[in-house]
Amino acid sequence: MAARKIRFVEALREGMRQEMERDERVFVIGEGVGPHGSCFKQTDGFVAQFGDDRSKDTPISEMAISGCGVGAAMMGMRPIVDLMWIDFMTLATDQICNQAAKLNYMSDGQVKVPVVYRASSGASMSNSAQHSGSFYSWFANIPGLTVVVPSTPYDAKGLIVSAIREESPVLYFEHKRLLNTKGEVPEEEYTVPIGVADIKKEGTDITVVATGVEVKYTLDACKKFLDKEGISVEVVDPRTIWPYDKETILNSVKKTGKLLVVDEGFRVCGFASEIVAMVCEEGMEYLKQAPEQYNTVHTTIPFAPAMEDYVFPNPAKIADRIRKMVAK
Amino acid sequence: MDNKLKLDLLRTMLEIRKAELQLAILYKHGEVPCAAHLYEGEEAIAAGVCANLNDKDCITSTHRGHGHCIAKGMDVKKMIAEVCARKTGCCSGKGGTMHMFAPEKGVMGTIGIVGGGMPIATGIGLALKMQKTDNVAVSFFGEGASNNGTFHESLNLASLWKLPVIYVCENNGFATSVSAARSTSVKDISIRALGYNMPGVTVDGNKVDEVYAAAKEAVERARAGEGPTLIECKTYRLRGHFEGDDCLYRTKEETEIAKQLRNPETYWKNCLIIEGVLTEEEYQQMEAEVDAKIAEAVEFALNSPKPEGEDAMTLYHTPLF
Ligand SMILES: Cc1ncc(C[n+]2csc(CCOP(=O)(O)OP(=O)(O)O)c2C)c(N)n1
Repeated sequence: MAARKIRFVEALREGMRQEMERDERVFVIGEGVGPHGSCFKQTDGFVAQFGDDRSKDTPISEMAISGCGVGAAMMGMRPIVDLMWIDFMTLATDQICNQAAKLNYMSDGQVKVPVVYRASSGASMSNSAQHSGSFYSWFANIPGLTVVVPSTPYDAKGLIVSAIREESPVLYFEHKRLLNTKGEVPEEEYTVPIGVADIKKEGTDITVVATGVEVKYTLDACKKFLDKEGISVEVVDPRTIWPYDKETILNSVKKTGKLLVVDEGFRVCGFASEIVAMVCEEGMEYLKQAPEQYNTVHTTIPFAPAMEDYVFPNPAKIADRIRKMVAK
Repeated sequence: MDNKLKLDLLRTMLEIRKAELQLAILYKHGEVPCAAHLYEGEEAIAAGVCANLNDKDCITSTHRGHGHCIAKGMDVKKMIAEVCARKTGCCSGKGGTMHMFAPEKGVMGTIGIVGGGMPIATGIGLALKMQKTDNVAVSFFGEGASNNGTFHESLNLASLWKLPVIYVCENNGFATSVSAARSTSVKDISIRALGYNMPGVTVDGNKVDEVYAAAKEAVERARAGEGPTLIECKTYRLRGHFEGDDCLYRTKEETEIAKQLRNPETYWKNCLIIEGVLTEEEYQQMEAEVDAKIAEAVEFALNSPKPEGEDAMTLYHTPLF
């Protein structure tokens, strides 16, 4: 039997729906998650199936709704707070970073905050300066938060289920350019464990640790260019930004001796720098040359398409970076 | 209002509407790279408020900001060129439809983060007061934004410090797919002014004379050092939230009725004809002039070069990487 192929957004929706069917404590709140079914149809059909209260439209009140997630979670509910786009999470950071992240520790474990914050992220279609963010690494910098960045429909479903079942706050980011990509997804419920990387492609010449849409772009770079040129790339998808899977990354670098980290987030104090630092500290003896990072240019995101293309990584540019590193 | 002002208001509204309709076409033709949020039907608010302002008065605006830019005097050529991502745009193609600036005209930014403009306008008001000018700041925003903390914090602060700021809420009934009834605890946003000890009024946002009069009073108070005002303008968003929006959250009939009932240009044109300020022929003449001006702006935009990739680097934040 051929496995069923569905889109990323459908996989995410199915994961949430199955959890809502299984556990009536699970509910969604956010701007537009009601009858309209969200910006990109992530909650399409939820009101019809679960009623208004479990897929609840909110005002444009990011601080209040992210705080509602904290309070409801403390009381034993399982809220999924949809903050629409990562860029609007800046208005929710107190509730996420000072409250959700810390209450469990501050109370010495007496309260738990099992809340999920979801948002779409990343560059797409000239959304420009205030709608193209990829700053999930900020949140990884806060002890108490888990940060998830799935790259395939399979992972999208398995990780949202794990996120909902987690006993502490999880931030889940769905890249806008991945929402319509298709992949095999089982109909039944399953989980993808948090903190476990997936080797998306085995190879021997170089390890590329890539996140979110960059996993797809790196695989595209292999298919389009590098495979034909005889360059064998191992693509490691950490799937969770924090906690990340040290062991899988180190083992891969041990095999290939070379490391490139590709991340759409900015470089400075970001996920890519963390991985490079970790490998230098713990796997120096495996490295045949200095590890490298490839990120979005450290600038505000411009509007015009040519400038937008210029600042973001893409398959051709990733292939170039890999070629140069392999040739050294 | 003298006759010249009455006719200017009509002309400004026509310019805004015609520019928006052209942008809708340009979007369909692929000249606008990102789905734009158009202002059709809400023109009387930008026109009526900005007619009270001079170039040293400042505004902040929103994702739906093209109309405010035109009304505040931004060159319509540069506005359309920016939305079409051209080098000759008001921000050289860097900002785009949601982020436009013309400081020399007091356009201190259209802001893509909902509610983000209100604290900025409050700060502008603070500076204008500290600099001992009699200029004012105006912040345009939707009723959706009035549910954000930025609204409440800004109003409290401006009232406390008696800042020369006018908060203009464009209540068009929707915030994306969410109706005001589903998201907002009050029917009239203006009542929220009470909680911040400042005057709050509601006017019909489709009637430019009502908007103008309310703004005039608020601006005079602000210039005289008597502090901020909240003006709510009831209106209706005739188009989708953005171009391409399926609008499944409201009925087609509702929008059709609104189109007939709430056309601010028709209302004002009829007022002026009844008053004897304008004849049908003069109106046609004005419309032809506006059409020509907008056509020229579109041509200017389309003939302008697009930025190169490296142009992204002209304000590169750091040369390190
Ligand atoms: C802080 C923030 N939250 C959410 C959004 C997404 N968003 C863009 S426009 C919009 C609706 C705004 O409604 P309103 O303020 O009433 O203005 P209107 O679009 O009706 O002119 C939303 C939710 C955003 N841009 N910024």
